Amino acid sequence: MIFPKIKVLLSHGRQAIPDLDAVELTEEFRGRPELTEPADSAEREALAAAAAICPTGAIATAPFALDLGRCLFCGECARRAPRSIRFTNDYRMGAPTREGLVVRPGDRCVKFDPADVRPEIRRYFGQALQLREVSAGGDASVEMELGATGNVNFDLGRFGIGFTASPRHADGVVVSGPVSANMAEALEICYEAVAEPKILVACGTDACSGGLFAESRAVDRSFFERHRVDLWLPGNPSHPMVFIDGIRTLLGKKTRG
Amino acid sequence: MNYYVTDNTAPSIPLADIPEVSYAAFYDDVAARLAEPRYHVAHYFALPDGGRLRFFLLLLDDAEGRVLVASHAMEYYDDMPLPSLTARHAQMHPFERDIAERYGVRFDAMPWEKPLRFPHDRFDRRSSMDNYPFYSIEGGSLHEVNVGPIHAGIIEPGAFRFICNGEQVLHLEIALGYQHRGVEEAFAATHNRLRQACLAEAVAGDSAVAHAEAFAEAIEKLSGRPRPAELDRERAVALELERMAMQIADTGALSMDVGYQLGQVASEALRTMTINTTQAWCGNRFGKGLVRPHGTDHPLTAEKAAMIRRNVAEIARRYDEVRRDIESSPTLLARFEQCGIVAENEMQRIGGVGQAARASGLARDIRTSHPWGVYARELHHEPVVMRQGDVMARLAVRSREVARSAAYIDRLVAEFEQKYAAGESPCAAPDYEAPLAPSSLSVGLVEGWRGEICHVAVTDAEGRIAAYRAKDPSLHNWLALALAVRGEGISDFPICNKSFNLSYCGHDL
Repeated sequence: MIFPKIKVLLSHGRQAIPDLDAVELTEEFRGRPELTEPADSAEREALAAAAAICPTGAIATAPFALDLGRCLFCGECARRAPRSIRFTNDYRMGAPTREGLVVRPGDRCVKFDPADVRPEIRRYFGQALQLREVSAGGDASVEMELGATGNVNFDLGRFGIGFTASPRHADGVVVSGPVSANMAEALEICYEAVAEPKILVACGTDACSGGLFAESRAVDRSFFERHRVDLWLPGNPSHPMVFIDGIRTLLGKKTRG
Repeated sequence: MNYYVTDNTAPSIPLADIPEVSYAAFYDDVAARLAEPRYHVAHYFALPDGGRLRFFLLLLDDAEGRVLVASHAMEYYDDMPLPSLTARHAQMHPFERDIAERYGVRFDAMPWEKPLRFPHDRFDRRSSMDNYPFYSIEGGSLHEVNVGPIHAGIIEPGAFRFICNGEQVLHLEIALGYQHRGVEEAFAATHNRLRQACLAEAVAGDSAVAHAEAFAEAIEKLSGRPRPAELDRERAVALELERMAMQIADTGALSMDVGYQLGQVASEALRTMTINTTQAWCGNRFGKGLVRPHGTDHPLTAEKAAMIRRNVAEIARRYDEVRRDIESSPTLLARFEQCGIVAENEMQRIGGVGQAARASGLARDIRTSHPWGVYARELHHEPVVMRQGDVMARLAVRSREVARSAAYIDRLVAEFEQKYAAGESPCAAPDYEAPLAPSSLSVGLVEGWRGEICHVAVTDAEGRIAAYRAKDPSLHNWLALALAVRGEGISDFPICNKSFNLSYCGHDL
């Protein structure tokens, strides 16, 4: 029957976001936080309370810093110490180094220094990049957001960037999850199966630091000690725009402070 | 036999009040009750208790909305095998396997003595992912197909082994545990209740709201503090939004797997719209941070309520067009109908729950049988039930639940708008310090989009969480998927799989 299909098509309209680089997320979205050094003892106390309740210990008070690689973006710290911590809706949070995810007072962006990116990445993958995703203890939310990057709204495929089934067809691996011990070997095998040169992306707070499971005995993060990560993407889960912005910046298609 | 009888709205239960019976009496009574369709097991687990192991059973009585709690115990070093209940009732298998795997308890005549999830603290360290004892059949005309743990798509890991006769699947066995990251242990390892709430959201990220709600229920029953009806309403709106988003997502996934691109992209766009609605409410597309014990950080304002109502009406209208198109397309029906059938008696036998059980004619829905919060007071939900038990029936349950959820949200939000137009919500901020009843057991039962979610918190003498159990409906339903593909062509596996869309992390914990 053709009429029901026409109806669906008419309602569907045009869904693709015209310019992915111009996307602004809703005000409510909790993205990159901005920190202000506490001015008096009341604020210092509030900040200490915020650091104490942080579910993943992402906040350091001396010196004051917030590690996005551990942050779950629950927003509790900003409610306890609103004058010291404020979450903006900025999704441009990917960094080429793990240290780059640490936000300090006065920072107005997550820095992305092209000098930290291996030069061959832009040379080989600038025009097309196929990735193999491996979930290693992830809770399925990062995986769904990565799936969404290729959907009808975000349509990351327009840039020649996508996900492929076989590591043999891939230019790199995206890891989600804290890396459960039961998945450690499969992840290693998959990574080895990707031909050089290749890139490695850690997507989501669980992948960046272990997140809630950093101390768990069921987790084995030695993979990240053996292999260099080219792009760290925070988030619980990482919004599709965090991934899209991070990859585009890594490939030199976008620049950031 | 003696049970502690409670329901899904009663406060927590002092551990001392839970009757402890001999295993012989326990076995006889549970075996007899499980023969009746009105009963099924919500949880059965063991906890070390001094020098012994105490076993707790939560039995749900769907006919009268009761939760029956019983226990038995054994000395820790007692290595006498217990007669297996799985041998009589297959629905006990994940629970007995879990207990055997963790504590080395032996179940006599257990028909499916297999590892469940290879937890890091398993009793037998020689048992590992690499030597999972897959079932095999000898025969020259048979071959095995091994899939996983890493799958083709962007999904979680699990190992699937098919035994096929040509294209036909004779048997599928699913080995899980790759996602095990120690969730339950992490609950008891911290006293930070915010951290525990975040852990609940991480049990299964696609059911973050439902699991957070089960956690909040368990905690609030322990604190005994009443909550405003408006908080219940907001939670129901969040839960139904999550249900809509995932049922629409799975409609899209099923469409993709049969090459029906129009349905796929339309569903993708509608799912985006649904989760963006959740994001515009609470800042997270999966509703993480939305449900917290005793209060909320994201009270519904009049503007947000209006936004949700507008979006949900639009989503429901457009999704219904997709549903009509599917139901009037013979090429789609040819793929979905008569495929992956699980009969009602089979679903009953294996203890299937939720959306998949309802598609097989089994009217299990916690919102109806054990209502809580707003479901007990205002909504009086009638389960959406189909009889055929095939892929189409599971899809039809999904599509009808989307319409139902949209209607509930509309109703709840409308009341909200009328009452709180000025924007002052009666919901307080969350409380992470409320004292909990000591030495008690508390149950949170919630109907998530997949089905019955059951969280159990056990407190110590100081009122701290000493042990925690989180059950995702996937624990029951993975076996239903394995049965659904029997006799089907292996090329129909993807649509059978998507029609269930079960959680790996929710199972592996």
